[in-house]
Amino acid sequence: MSATATTDVGSAPVYDSARRGSRVLEEALALWSYRALVHELVIRDIKVRYKRSVLGIFWTMLAPLLNMVALTLVFSALLRQQIQNYPVFFLTGSILWAFFSQTTSSAALQSQDCNEIAKRIYIPRSVFVAAAIGVGLVNLALSMVPLLVIVLVTGFPLHPTWVFLPVSVLMTALFAAGIALLLFTLASRFADVREMYLVLVQTWFFLTPIVYHPSIVPPRFRFALWANPMYYLIQTFRKPIYDGVIPSAGLLAASTLLSVIVFATGWVYFCHRVDTFAYRT
Amino acid sequence: MPAIRLEGVSVRYRIPRERIRTLKEYAIRRLKRRVVYDDFDALSDVGLEIQAGETVGVIGRNGAGKSTLLRLVARIIQPTAGRVVVAGTVAPLLELGLGLHGELTGRENVLLQGALLGFSRSAMKQRMERIIAFAELEEFIDAPIRTYSTGMAARLAFSVATDVDPDILIVDEALAVGDERFQIKCHDRMEAFRQAGKTVLLVSHAMAQVRDNCRRAIWIHEGRVRRDGDAGEVTQAYHLWSVESAQIVSAPPLPATAGSA
Repeated sequence: MSATATTDVGSAPVYDSARRGSRVLEEALALWSYRALVHELVIRDIKVRYKRSVLGIFWTMLAPLLNMVALTLVFSALLRQQIQNYPVFFLTGSILWAFFSQTTSSAALQSQDCNEIAKRIYIPRSVFVAAAIGVGLVNLALSMVPLLVIVLVTGFPLHPTWVFLPVSVLMTALFAAGIALLLFTLASRFADVREMYLVLVQTWFFLTPIVYHPSIVPPRFRFALWANPMYYLIQTFRKPIYDGVIPSAGLLAASTLLSVIVFATGWVYFCHRVDTFAYRT
Repeated sequence: MPAIRLEGVSVRYRIPRERIRTLKEYAIRRLKRRVVYDDFDALSDVGLEIQAGETVGVIGRNGAGKSTLLRLVARIIQPTAGRVVVAGTVAPLLELGLGLHGELTGRENVLLQGALLGFSRSAMKQRMERIIAFAELEEFIDAPIRTYSTGMAARLAFSVATDVDPDILIVDEALAVGDERFQIKCHDRMEAFRQAGKTVLLVSHAMAQVRDNCRRAIWIHEGRVRRDGDAGEVTQAYHLWSVESAQIVSAPPLPATAGSA
């Protein structure tokens, strides 16, 4: 709202409600001019989360480890699947999944509180979604530490293809941002969206090959994998770590296309609904 | 060029007749085509101009549209019809303490508050010492603000909000902050804003405050400008109207004889 509608005349910016350009572009420029707020919100979230806990920031690294130990015990006994170095296999999937599910659910959960703030002061609302992604990225970076420890401890090869991971993360972040924008918009209007999403995300977890290998999915159910965007994104993240290869061109094309389309859809939908948020009482 | 110009501004809120809170309910009603809205005009066809350097009081009953007017100027909402033009940076002192976080220290909260107002971290760090000094919170600034009293937190918020050096200051009864000593400092700071030729928009129910601070007052009634002019005259007219309408409401006389019912 601010950025394109605001032109500098001398030193004083002029805001004119009648001269508004493309909303999609305006929101992007406004988000950029409020990047300091995104930074502060990310810091706030991380500080507040660890402030009163003894383990502090180490909790982020410990949680996936404990999770991994429990699931490794359960699934290696239960499924008896032949997955070499199950801990590494599972951790790669679960870390990326945790990033996706935490950022999207926090966008849905925070939507109404954020709108309360934005009703009282002018803020481009996309800062809240950007902050959720930022917090997710920090946590993702922190949980790479226990993964690295497990890789080294179990004597798993540390493939040079790890350098490809930022690309995989970028794709997942775009996809997560797209879903988060849709959820934020819907949840600001409907109170049940949050609960519905939390149930959905649970089911989605088991439909995605995180605890099991995609090859165990029977051919007649393969369509469920192909229709699942997170399948491609998990594969794009897992292959460089677990298989030591750069994802194939086909897989990369699928991940890129999906994340760009979902992000663009989320952004456009969000920008066109954002003006109506303040009118809801 | 005026600091604030409104041309034929209307704001219409759409309120669903029955509040639909859930997506499920919405889908069902949508299928039955039973989503009925009421339109509520918070402001209709408001036109006004405020020149740079003016201090203007905005008065009126609860729900008359004063807050909607401020939110338009602060860009929080867009007009349904008409045009809002604001020249200069706006500092809204609408809700002091918005976004303060109890677990963070005073210092961390200053950075967060500043960012909410659109300031960078480095800009806020430069202002930090001055803000702390004005709030008189040097001893407590590194303690989490959940340990602060309400007045202390409000002082911190006021110090941040008024340190930002805006062209236009919007004050929504935010001056009732802190103890008397701090009130005096707040008043002085407002005075300094006016001296510096800033535009101040003050919303208040305290007519004395409006008369003391403003030369001009605007009375908003049921979404329209009812009167606009000299602060003394407008507040007087509003006061008379308030007294009158209160008497009409309480007019039904009590039963003449007790116990007759």
